Amino acid sequence: MRQFIAQRLLSRRLTNIQNAEIDRFRFRVKCATAFVLLGFALLLSRLVYLQIARNDYYSTRAEDNRISLIPILPSRGTILDRNGEVLARNYSAFTLEITPALVENLEETIAELEKLVEIQPKDKRRFQRLVNEGRPFDSQPIRIRLTDEEIALFTVNRYRFHGVEVKARLFRHYPFGATASHVLGYLNRVNKADLEMIDEKEQSANYKGTSHIGKTGIEKAYEFHLHGETGYEEVEIDANGHPVRRLSSTPPVAGNDLTLTLDIRLQEVAEKAFGKRRGALVAIDPSTGEVLAFVSMPTFDLNLFDDGISQENWDRLNNSPDRPMINRVLNATYPPGSTFKPFMALAGLESGKRTPEYSFHDTGSFTIAGHTFRDQKKDGHGHVDLYKSIVQSCDTYYYILANEMGIDSIVRFMGRIGFGQRTGIDVEGESEGLLPSPEWKRRRFRRYELQRWFTGDTVSIGIGQGYNAYTPIQIAQAVAVLANDGALYRPRLVKDISDNRAGVKKSVAPELVRTMGWQQKNIDTVKRAMAGVNREGTAARAFLNAEYTSGGKTGTAQTFSLRGGDYRASRLREELRDHALYIAFAPEDKPRIALAVLVENSGFGGQSAAPLARKVLDHFFSARADAPTAAPAVVSETRAARRGL
Amino acid sequence: MSSFLPRLRRLVFEHLDLPLLLIIVPLMAVGLLTVYSATYDANNRAFGQLVNMSVGIVVMWGVARVHPQHLMRFALPLYLVGVVLLTLVFFVGVRVNGAQRWLSLGFIRCQPSELLKIATPMALAWYFQKYETAIKIRHYALAFLMLLAPFALIAKQPDLGTSILVGAAGVYVIFFAGLPWKFIAGTLVAAVAASPFVWPLLHEFQRKRILILLDPTIDPFGAGYHIIQSTIAIGSGGGFGKGWLQGTQTHLEFIPERHTDFIFAVFSEEYGFLGAGVLILLYLLLIARCLMITINASTLFARLLGGAITLSFFTCAFVNIGMVSGVLPVVGVPLPFMSYGGTALVTLFCSLGIMMSIQTHRMLLKK
Repeated sequence: MRQFIAQRLLSRRLTNIQNAEIDRFRFRVKCATAFVLLGFALLLSRLVYLQIARNDYYSTRAEDNRISLIPILPSRGTILDRNGEVLARNYSAFTLEITPALVENLEETIAELEKLVEIQPKDKRRFQRLVNEGRPFDSQPIRIRLTDEEIALFTVNRYRFHGVEVKARLFRHYPFGATASHVLGYLNRVNKADLEMIDEKEQSANYKGTSHIGKTGIEKAYEFHLHGETGYEEVEIDANGHPVRRLSSTPPVAGNDLTLTLDIRLQEVAEKAFGKRRGALVAIDPSTGEVLAFVSMPTFDLNLFDDGISQENWDRLNNSPDRPMINRVLNATYPPGSTFKPFMALAGLESGKRTPEYSFHDTGSFTIAGHTFRDQKKDGHGHVDLYKSIVQSCDTYYYILANEMGIDSIVRFMGRIGFGQRTGIDVEGESEGLLPSPEWKRRRFRRYELQRWFTGDTVSIGIGQGYNAYTPIQIAQAVAVLANDGALYRPRLVKDISDNRAGVKKSVAPELVRTMGWQQKNIDTVKRAMAGVNREGTAARAFLNAEYTSGGKTGTAQTFSLRGGDYRASRLREELRDHALYIAFAPEDKPRIALAVLVENSGFGGQSAAPLARKVLDHFFSARADAPTAAPAVVSETRAARRGL
Repeated sequence: MSSFLPRLRRLVFEHLDLPLLLIIVPLMAVGLLTVYSATYDANNRAFGQLVNMSVGIVVMWGVARVHPQHLMRFALPLYLVGVVLLTLVFFVGVRVNGAQRWLSLGFIRCQPSELLKIATPMALAWYFQKYETAIKIRHYALAFLMLLAPFALIAKQPDLGTSILVGAAGVYVIFFAGLPWKFIAGTLVAAVAASPFVWPLLHEFQRKRILILLDPTIDPFGAGYHIIQSTIAIGSGGGFGKGWLQGTQTHLEFIPERHTDFIFAVFSEEYGFLGAGVLILLYLLLIARCLMITINASTLFARLLGGAITLSFFTCAFVNIGMVSGVLPVVGVPLPFMSYGGTALVTLFCSLGIMMSIQTHRMLLKK
């Protein structure tokens, strides 16, 4: 009973405290109410001041508010090849533009304009598309590249066309058209994703007024270098928003000019050598990683894009069974076939599993775990040592070597050369390729029986077949590492950047990624064998009477994968043919060029890929032999100086 | 069938507060019309805003169904998660427009500071509820510390607007919890005294904004441009405005950030003093209704949280209109129900849901 009373008393006390708290709370709410009323009263008095008391003043200011900032676009940086040939430049042209929001009847206006200037159906279609995509106050071109007569005709009649103007716009022009199109890349209209990217890079202010942006290749990768800084013009505008008088201006700063490592003449020779065949070729200066030629066939004409590509052309490029829009150098992956053998040979030497002298009797096949792997030569090559295994491309030698080395040590060795890894070249969107390993197989497949790694998988990889697939740039890079005695320089496309604002030209320094630490005698053994290929082996016919020494290796890839394409379905029959591959470096000692060639579906490497490489190398050495300008001499001088060091 | 309709009606309306609904519906309508006008010349965002509002209303409906006692259980975890996320933002956040506010979760980006707008007052209210009837000075001190963490982290991003909102919400809780007047007076004096020391801590652009407030003409085409153009817009609106879609400041694109922070300039250019007055009256009604709910709330937690949310509505509206009309420095605070933007709207409706929850669950209790 006493406990009960104590509890009642306690709870009454608590209730009292609570009530006191509530009372205090109510008071505080009243204070808050006063605070709110005071705040709103302050705002209202400000509004009374602005809108009632000073309404006249601000109305006049609004009327006079005729000063507008108009962006002035900078001219985009030009792109040059290593010898100063212009690859991409700008030209200005007069366009006839309509601002849809200011025109009452678009169709009628266009019909009237047609009487003065020629307007083709494709112009109308493009205009319609731009209008649909753009904002009503954006002026859009109905005709580009007006002739002087057309400008004169329109100017006389201008009073009749409200909302129609002649404007000067900058267009991008690629003097070499379809040459090196995958390297250079193209521009297209800024889309939503671009805007987000620009915003993220904090470039929004600089891109006010910019309508086109690099979409692929160098144009994309170096967009912020090429773009330049937008200038501003402070202008007086009339009530309709049209500029009347210029008050002041901040001039734009032109974008940076880029000098590429590419030799456009070499590139031309290579592209011509491909003819109508599909494929890829990459040539690298092994001592610097500079990419001299970067060929993906077929190409497409970059000038189709200069004023917004038409729908027909876009569809044609994208639906062509040859898939010209795919950058085969970076995005198509192929098994390396026998071009993998020199690297396997080096791996064998480095691991100590093979010596140059080691030889065995090849009977034409190798059997393991109940499965027989056959050589291309039915009866075998007889006694085969390392030299002969490369010169004659003996498969059995490499079946056995791969089996002895085991997949793990192969993966380790090849991974360090860069197989199955992005090279980090300075354009975007490179594919990774695939250097298969037991771990990869476990991740790739769901079903247990597919997940298992078989000895046979390892054996196939010994001759570059099976699951492995590399991009041409990776293969070329591997050749370059070998040619450069184990020093891997990152492949790159830009040599110099001229900063137009600071007025200085900066060279991009070669980037040494890693040195392999191979023994020189092993490297020399493999190189000697590759020289044998071009002298007396599978590429001897292609290199008959060459005026320079060289090393090479042919290859044939039995399957291919073009990731993300439905290429397979559309060309099944031709696709069944093998890909021809060829890798090379020249001259034999101190190589100045390393290359990889791949010709899709054209059979044996010695027959179609090697002669193509021969043409490129012939040009490379002849152009330097009778170089008319001082530029190549300077290049070789600096190279000599670098060697001296 | 006969019982289905009443049951559905109950499911939908049981926890919605009719007076609040009657106030926010016209606010939303006005907001949509203004966003429509503000984005008329570019890609129109009115539909997007309608979608945002619909999402917001669903969130409000859901939150309103949660009993305040349950809400209280989430208070501390939400607060802690928010502070951890803010810390992550500090180290690995994504920079957008020079401020590091976003956290990328791979597939989606989130802005943890938005969560803290509600989580902070909730956590503080939970804390005071825990010590109900025995609140000592040290509890106020600790509450201030709890407030300082999110406030400082958000201010550092820098996002002065949101940090002010979070800070204010927390201060309101502490105020309603009964912080003695002498401390309030002391804090005010200390704040004024400390301002010279805070000045060097501000970002260059923040200092500039304050200087520009004193004299916008020092930088007429740079940072002062915003204020000059928005006051011209408001002033030229006059008594009755220029009419919907007729504002020259708006449609000749003189007003920056037209559809977000500066939407009040668009609104008062086109609807004049009459429109602005009605808008402020609507805000006043909203706040009045929320204060009524607060004062009748049944627990300390509900009272403190309700009071803080109510005054947050006021702060948001006051700071925004104040900056657009040139009496406060420019800080990024959206105008409730008017400014375009999904995240802020959802937070707003979430707050409304809490108010409705406080109101409707108390009524049920009585029954």
